[in-house]
Amino acid sequence: MSADHKGPWYKRVYDWLEQRVQLEGPIADAALHPVPRSTASWWYVFGSASLTLLILQVVTGILLGIVYTPSAAHAWDSLQLLNHSLPLGWFLRAMHGWGSNFMVAVVLIHMAQVFLFGAYKFPRELTWILGVFMLLMTLGMAFTGQVLRFDQDAYWGLGIGVSIAGRVPIIGGALVDLLMGGPVINGATLTRFFALHVFVIPGTLLAFTALHVWMVLKLGVNEWPMPGRIVRRETYIQEYNQLAHKDGIPFVPGAVWKDLFFSAAILLAVAVCAAIFGPYGPKGVPDPAIINTVPKPDFFFLWIYTVLSYLPANLETPFILIVPIVAIAILLALPFVAGVGEKSWWRRPVALFTVLFLAVAFSQLTNLGTYTPWSPQMNAWSSAAVPVNFLRNRTPLERQGANVLQEKQCRNCHALGGVGGMRGPALDSVATRLTEDQLYRQVLLGGGNMPAYGSALSPAETTALVRFLETLHPDYQQPATDASRQVAAQ
Amino acid sequence: MDEKLPPPNPPEPSPPERELHSRRTFLMNVGIALNAAVAAAIATPVVVYLIGPVLRRKEYRAWIDLGNACDFPAGETKLITFKNPFTDPWDGATANIPAYVRCSEPGKFTVFAINCAHLGCPVRWFAESQLFMCPCHGGVYYADGSRASGPPERGLFTYEIKVENGKLMIKAGQVPTLSNRAANTPCPSATEPISPGLVSRIAPCPPTTKDPGTNASTIG
Repeated sequence: MSADHKGPWYKRVYDWLEQRVQLEGPIADAALHPVPRSTASWWYVFGSASLTLLILQVVTGILLGIVYTPSAAHAWDSLQLLNHSLPLGWFLRAMHGWGSNFMVAVVLIHMAQVFLFGAYKFPRELTWILGVFMLLMTLGMAFTGQVLRFDQDAYWGLGIGVSIAGRVPIIGGALVDLLMGGPVINGATLTRFFALHVFVIPGTLLAFTALHVWMVLKLGVNEWPMPGRIVRRETYIQEYNQLAHKDGIPFVPGAVWKDLFFSAAILLAVAVCAAIFGPYGPKGVPDPAIINTVPKPDFFFLWIYTVLSYLPANLETPFILIVPIVAIAILLALPFVAGVGEKSWWRRPVALFTVLFLAVAFSQLTNLGTYTPWSPQMNAWSSAAVPVNFLRNRTPLERQGANVLQEKQCRNCHALGGVGGMRGPALDSVATRLTEDQLYRQVLLGGGNMPAYGSALSPAETTALVRFLETLHPDYQQPATDASRQVAAQ
Repeated sequence: MDEKLPPPNPPEPSPPERELHSRRTFLMNVGIALNAAVAAAIATPVVVYLIGPVLRRKEYRAWIDLGNACDFPAGETKLITFKNPFTDPWDGATANIPAYVRCSEPGKFTVFAINCAHLGCPVRWFAESQLFMCPCHGGVYYADGSRASGPPERGLFTYEIKVENGKLMIKAGQVPTLSNRAANTPCPSATEPISPGLVSRIAPCPPTTKDPGTNASTIG
C-alpha cells in the first residue's frame, strides 16, 4: 500500500476507495465508449432528460413523503399543511406536480423520436419493448399521483376508473373490489394507491430504467438514420461498429454535453413553472356528500375524458376494453413486424403520418377536454342572465317565457349571447331554424340529444317559453314559418 | 464491450464432467428446490392477503336506516347522506355516501345511487326541470331515473328498499357498477324483461315508452 502514501490527501482517499470498489474501469468504459458522430445531436437528449426527471420525481417524492399522510381522513389536510404551513412545502409539491407533467411530455417526445428514427429496429427490439412498459408505468405514476392528491377530482376520478373496471366481463366485480380494496372508495383505496405510487410502480420503473440504459450502453446509441441505409440482421452490427469506430467520438464529452445542457434546461423549466404556477390543488375536500363538483382529470388524461364523452353508448364498453389492449399489442409487436429495413423517416411515410395523426388527435381531444362542450354548465341557469337585448320590446308573455327558460335550466345546455352550456345548440337565432310547431314539439318531446320537457312544463309555461323562443332571431332575418299555414288560412 | 454488438460472452471454462454430477451439484439442486417450495408456501398467503377485498364481498352490504318514511314528502326528490356500513376509522368523509330518495306518491319510494350509470360521477338533481344532470360527460336522466340523453347506457342505479316500522331502509354498501348487484336491479320504469348476455351489458334498459318524459312515471 505504499502508493497510498503519496500525493495529496484526497488522492489518497480516492485510491483507497477505488482499490476496494473498483468501479473506475466499468465507469470509464461506459463513459468513453465510442458513439457515431451523428448521434451527438440535440434530437438525442430526450432519453437522458427523462432519466433526469425520473430522478427529480424520486427525490421530490421522498421529500413529500416525509409529510404526506396516506389516510383518507388526513391526506387532504396534510397537503394543505404542505401548501400553507411548511416553509416552501408548496414549492416541493409544485416541483413534483410539474415534474410529473414534464416527465410524461418528455417521455412521449422521446418515444416519438425513437420511433421516427427507427431506433426500435434490430438489435434494439427489447430496448423498445422495455420502453413501452416504462411509458405505461410513467402514465401509471401520473394517474396514481393524481389519486394521492386526495381531493374531489381524485375521488371521482377513481370512480371513473372503478366504473371502467366494472365493465370488464366476468371478473369485473372482483376487479372493482381489488381496485378499491373494499366496497367503496375510502381509506383502503388510498393506501393501496399509495403503495402502488410509492413502492410498486417506481421500484419496477427504476429497475426497468437500469436495464434500458444498460442495453443502450451495450447495443450502442442508434445512429442517425440515412435514407437508403437498410438495416439487415446479417450486416447491421458490423456496419454500426464501423460507424462508431471509424467515424465515432467518445460519448463523454463528445455527446454528453448536449444531454447535460438539456437536462439542466428541463430542470430549470420545471422549477420556473413550479415557482410561477404553483402546486396543483388540492381542490375541494374529498367528501362524496359534496356533489356540487365538476371532476376533471389532469392534463395528460383530458383526451381520454373527451373520448369517453363522444363515444356512442353501444360502442363504449367494447372500445374501452379492447382498444387499449390492441394499442399496447401494436406497440409491443412493432419491432418484430418492422424490425429490419429502412430507418429514415424520409422513406417511412406511414410512420411519419401516424405520428402526425396521433399528435393532432391528441392535441384536439385535449383542447376539447379543457372546456368540455358536452357537459351541461351546472350553474348557468342561475348565474348567466338573459342578455338585455333579448328582452327589449317583448310582450309580458314573451318575458315570462325568458323566465321559464332560465328557471327550467335550459341555459345549462343552451347558450344565449355566448353564455351558457354548449351541449345543445345556441338559441340566439333558434326562431330562424324552427317553426312554432317544431319548437313546441322539440320542447315537449325532446329529441336528438335533448330530454323531453313535457312533464316538467305546464301548458302555460310551454306557451310562454315557445313565444319567447320565437322572438330569437336577428333583425335582418324573419323567423321560420310553416308555409302550409298561409295556404290553410286562405 | 465496444468491439462487437452484441458483446461476446467470455467462453466459460466448461466444468469437468464429474463436477456436473457431484454431491455438491446435487445439494445445490436440492437447495434450489427447497427455496422454490418455501417460496410457493409463502406466496399462497400473500395471494390470499391481496385478494382479501374480493373474498370479503359478502360482508359489504347491509340494511341502512334512512329515517322516517314520512319525512320524504310525496312528489319530491331529496338528497340524503348515509354512512357506509363497512367503514374504517381513517376513512374520514369518504365514509359518507350520498343518494337521492324519490317519493313519487305517498308510500312509494325509489332510492337512486348518486353515481351516473355512465362512469360514476355524481349526478345533480334539478327540481325545476325534473332532471338529473351529470357534470362529467353530460348524462341526463328523468325524475324516475330513466335515461334522457347523453352517453349513459341505462337509467340510474337504484337501491333495494323496504319500509320497516315506518323507517325507510335501503340495502347499500357497495359502489354501484355495471358488474355488481346494482346492474341487475330493474331499470326505472322498465316493463320489458331485461335481455340476457352481452346485449344486456350494452343496452340493458330498452326504451319503455314511446315518448319518454311525457308520461306520468317521469314526473317528480
